[in-house]
Amino acid sequence: MTDMWRAIPQRGRVVLVVLLALLLVAPSVLDRYFMSVLILIFYFAFVGQAWNIMMGYAGQLSLGHALYAGLGGYVAALLWVYFGVGPWMGVFAGVAVAATFGAAIGWLGFRFGIEGVYFALLTIAFAEFTRIAFDNMAFTGGPAGLFLPYEEQRAGEWWNLRGGPLLFYYLGLILAVGGSLLTAWLARSRLGYQWLAVREDQEAALSLGVGAFRVKMIAVLISASMTAIAGVFLTFYNNSLFPSQAFEIGRSIEIILAPIIGGLGTIFGPIVGAFILTPLGEALIALTAKFGLDLPGTKAVFYGLTLMIIISMRPAGVWPWLRRLLGFEENGK
Amino acid sequence: MNLWIVLNVVIQGVLTGLMYGLMALGLSVIFGVVRVVNFAHGEFAVVAMYATYLMFVGLGLDPLISLLPIAIAFFAVGYILQVTLVNRFVGRSEHEQFILLVGLAMIIVNGLLMIFGPDARPTNLPYSLDSFEIGPLFIDTARVYAAVAALVVSAALFAFFRYSATGTAIRACADNLVGAGVVGLNVKRLYAVTFGIGLACVGAAGSLLVTIADASPSLAQSFTLLAFTIVIIGGLGSMTGALVGGVLIGVSEAMASFFFAPSMKSMFSFALLVAVLVLRPQGLMGRRA
Repeated sequence: MTDMWRAIPQRGRVVLVVLLALLLVAPSVLDRYFMSVLILIFYFAFVGQAWNIMMGYAGQLSLGHALYAGLGGYVAALLWVYFGVGPWMGVFAGVAVAATFGAAIGWLGFRFGIEGVYFALLTIAFAEFTRIAFDNMAFTGGPAGLFLPYEEQRAGEWWNLRGGPLLFYYLGLILAVGGSLLTAWLARSRLGYQWLAVREDQEAALSLGVGAFRVKMIAVLISASMTAIAGVFLTFYNNSLFPSQAFEIGRSIEIILAPIIGGLGTIFGPIVGAFILTPLGEALIALTAKFGLDLPGTKAVFYGLTLMIIISMRPAGVWPWLRRLLGFEENGK
Repeated sequence: MNLWIVLNVVIQGVLTGLMYGLMALGLSVIFGVVRVVNFAHGEFAVVAMYATYLMFVGLGLDPLISLLPIAIAFFAVGYILQVTLVNRFVGRSEHEQFILLVGLAMIIVNGLLMIFGPDARPTNLPYSLDSFEIGPLFIDTARVYAAVAALVVSAALFAFFRYSATGTAIRACADNLVGAGVVGLNVKRLYAVTFGIGLACVGAAGSLLVTIADASPSLAQSFTLLAFTIVIIGGLGSMTGALVGGVLIGVSEAMASFFFAPSMKSMFSFALLVAVLVLRPQGLMGRRA
């Protein structure tokens, strides 16, 4: 831990501590709306970190991460609705199911040498398959969705994630910070360097004795598990689930935007990406409404345009550029 | 179970599959030559559907006729798009291309949503309810015309790539990029032509697809996935593969809709995709790399 901290230059440490302190006290001044925006930012930073492990470090392009978030959410929600099992227990079941799917996809992909776009389509195929399956299952509510009932007597049970925005704010912050610390720790571990070796040149890594299959499987398992946790978080925050939203490719795209726009393979990339994209989306909603352009789709048109501009101008992401600009280059690099 | 009914379903699937095949052909050409993943492919198909719808409502043009100007316009769009935007992303990592084209797809599909609204726009052809009756078989007239048109366009494309100098040059770029550069081919221009041809295919396919679906922005994403599924099942870089894959998926969708539920039809396509990826990653008609 301490060497991770030491790797950040002096000025960076100050800024980091100040920002964290601000986020810790922010709920006392922010209204509901800004809280909800920050909760979403935390969610996207955490889930982006999960994807970052898989793509940014291990170099495996997954375009079906909605599968893991959806499964995590559904399993925990079903346990809660049908059996009264709380999310602290349900999250383990959700993670187990998501990790099993991740293992299956990873095994198929890595065992049979499915790479790049082909691997991406394999992940999409699994997510879409599951979406349609959930659409056609009765006990999950089918296309009409699954709702977590509002129960007056449970309103304050924070240990069952039945609480207000404050609970989800701090839980989200813990997840985002914890996920980032985990990623930073992994990136500096032996495993992290093995991931990089496989990402850069799998043949060379294999010849050096790196078990490419093993380290890629570990990446999928960690990534799927984190994403499932994020899914449980979002489900208990939203109190509803629909197959068309939980598993669709649009959800998977949402997950990958923050790390790509922020900067893949960096710790702060997904965080910076989430802090750019979520407020951007909110600002676009507000702006289009203000200028009377609130036709359906207007926001998404500008959002798409912004994505194209950022990826054209900063293909490596915003953070590596911002880091140079602010003089936060890592020590010794 | 009456076998004739099943045969009817299969024939419907084959006819639909030929249109799918033409759409996938466009993707296969772009993917196979330019090596860019066009994740806005289905979006372009839907733009063509709207263009066909407008020409039908406004000018009374049959899709089989409006197909031609739409294909030409799409060629121009593709050419310009490649020159101005996509060329800079050739050879870049897949996730960067993906974000670029997903951004483009968002603009297209939501632009359509802004202009036309979410309601589906049907193209009610005067012969859309007619059918050929061959013994116990009833085959939709409109589908037959559309499938024949898809075959004609595909045949023209085969001929272009087989016999024309430009087509041969494009194949050379796909086979050996360095070699193509060495012998003095203008690779960037050929890429632009290729992207143009790819979009012309999807434009023509979109025009024909109005015979089986009403134009709606919500179709776009499923068409993109459909095209990728077909290309991978058929085999990347194989033009016959795209058509065969299209027919296979068309029949699989038709059978799944008939025996199970229409909402479950793409489950079978995705299962087929996974099976092909695992068992025969080069695709049914592809050569082993």
